[in-house]
Amino acid sequence: MVLFLQVMQTFNIIEGFTMQNAVADEQKKTPFAVKDCAIITIATGTKAENLKEFAAALKEVPLGSIYHHFWGRLLRPLFDEPEYNNDFASWAFRGLHDKPLAEQLSMVIPTDYKDLECLRQELVEVVEQRLDEYEFVPWSKADQQFYFLKSQIVVFDTRVRFDHPAELLPQINSLSTGSIYYHFIDARNRTEERVDDFSSWLEGFGGQFNELAQSLCAVDPYFSSLNEIRLIVSNIFHEFFEKEGE
Amino acid sequence: MKKPSSNSLQDMMAEYRAVTSSTVIHQLEQLAEPLKGAKVLHINSTKQGGGVAEILHKLIPLKQAMGIEADWEIITGNQEFYECTKRFHNGLQGMQQAITDKLLQNYEKINRENGEKLQAKLQEADFVFIHDPQPAPLLQFTPERQGKWIWRCHIDASKPYRKIWKYLHQWVSPYDASIFSLPEFAQPLPHPQYIIAPSIDPLSEKNCPLPEDEIKEVFSQFNLDPELPIITQVSRYDRFKDPLGVIEAFKMASKLTPLQLVLAGGGASDDPEGEAVLNEVKQASNGAANIHVLLLPADANRTINALQRASDIILQKSIREGFGLTVSEGMWKGKPVIGGDTGGIRLQVINHYTGFLVRTPEGAALRTRYLLHRRDKLEEMGRRAKRFVGENFLITRHLREYLTLMVGLTSGDVERISVGNA
Repeated sequence: MVLFLQVMQTFNIIEGFTMQNAVADEQKKTPFAVKDCAIITIATGTKAENLKEFAAALKEVPLGSIYHHFWGRLLRPLFDEPEYNNDFASWAFRGLHDKPLAEQLSMVIPTDYKDLECLRQELVEVVEQRLDEYEFVPWSKADQQFYFLKSQIVVFDTRVRFDHPAELLPQINSLSTGSIYYHFIDARNRTEERVDDFSSWLEGFGGQFNELAQSLCAVDPYFSSLNEIRLIVSNIFHEFFEKEGE
Repeated sequence: MKKPSSNSLQDMMAEYRAVTSSTVIHQLEQLAEPLKGAKVLHINSTKQGGGVAEILHKLIPLKQAMGIEADWEIITGNQEFYECTKRFHNGLQGMQQAITDKLLQNYEKINRENGEKLQAKLQEADFVFIHDPQPAPLLQFTPERQGKWIWRCHIDASKPYRKIWKYLHQWVSPYDASIFSLPEFAQPLPHPQYIIAPSIDPLSEKNCPLPEDEIKEVFSQFNLDPELPIITQVSRYDRFKDPLGVIEAFKMASKLTPLQLVLAGGGASDDPEGEAVLNEVKQASNGAANIHVLLLPADANRTINALQRASDIILQKSIREGFGLTVSEGMWKGKPVIGGDTGGIRLQVINHYTGFLVRTPEGAALRTRYLLHRRDKLEEMGRRAKRFVGENFLITRHLREYLTLMVGLTSGDVERISVGNA
């Protein structure tokens, strides 16, 4: 494996095709432009102490806040194994001690909705449904309120370009977590196809990398830190090219 | 503040690269690109003692290494000024405080005088970061200001004493932005409120790796028993840090588990209450075996480093806490932390994973006994704690957020900003 990577890193040859030929064949393709990003969290000034306030706030907060509590959390201090995969679900459990609601909110998958407004509607639906089931409004403790946040994202070009997927292989581990966030997480919200940038780019190679793209699309990014996601992406690339090389 | 030479800045960046990674440093360099040459001025009220001064000592050269013209000034005041600002501090943390008009007038006068002294720098700076309430009125004494002004509140202001907040609000609201350490600390203000957690510097004397001999030296220096486990709380002698609760917890735990307690703290030049609290602590520990109350000078960073490394468990049993840098310090040394379930400690101590959150001296005693009994858990939590701090609470992350804020603030109220050709 190590030797294989060393060989790959020299960009000389991959069994079955040379890099030079591959690049020549694919010159028409747009190079993959590696971007990076940094996020800064901003308070919206809206908070909720009980489920009714939470439902009302969900309808009012900027859409950026919905985005932040699903995705931006990945760039915040996060322990390895979050029990729930968005901030709303975590609060339902930790703040309100409402496990059924936490489970329901956890299964709201953002990529199932065409935009953030539709996602917001679904969240409101789930919360209001739960409110209907209650005989009383559940409250959190005063120091466990939900604070709605939003974020500013600064995107910058690293000026690193890859013409071919094999070139990406030795470099993935040195991509910053910001690059991983931008291309693998943010892209699922940013692009019409709702897929990561790597998979979108691979589609341009006429089917040659479909299997690789499918493996990347199949990654569930909700339960991993960005460091772990980088490792997962790296492993997928390595496995694919190792198999190609056999 | 004197700017270090470019060689020493490069050497410093090489050291950070070694502790973090090339990727982390490369990202900072790229993010700083549009800010090169910007004049950034930080202002607080003390050069020594307390977390703010510690952070600024390293944040300024790091910004300079990124090509930013960063500078740091302190305001100076008389005894009445610090008396007044200590009451602000306590009031922001929720304690009812009476402040006379005379103290407030003196506070404003001192700020006006400092404003006059610093006027040239305040006017020409592209970004001015004002730390905590002490220098907050400087903005209004700088009518010719040109840059963006940001008020950085390091205090747990989640439930401020209303009268004090109402007074400070007039000085703080005209700022272009404010920064709080946690979302729950943010207060209604007519400008963006950024959330940035503080950080520790892995290369500082307080956090760098130490030779084993130097760690062992603290046993003879402070008459510690090498055979007994050590639990340590490092913090100012301040009631919100609950040193008396720590002593109570120690007394309860030590009935069943032999151990020793180190309470190590220093004073800060802007904290007039420290001596009174230290006396209360000495009184409470009087006669108790194995309680070591240490008053350390402000520059005893290596000693604190060695004490934390010699400890089995770090305590930070605060009842209110802006952030609690000593928590990250302890965790960075691979120690589990038993912390008060409050403020920024919650961000660092992940209950049952990197330590325990407690609400009472009984809770602290129980978790101390548990960890000393389950050495495997103690070590596992310590390993996780170190990794968690490495990923989230080092100064490189802090710098990244400051740079992002500066880029964000100059771009207006937009969610997505592209710099360069992005």
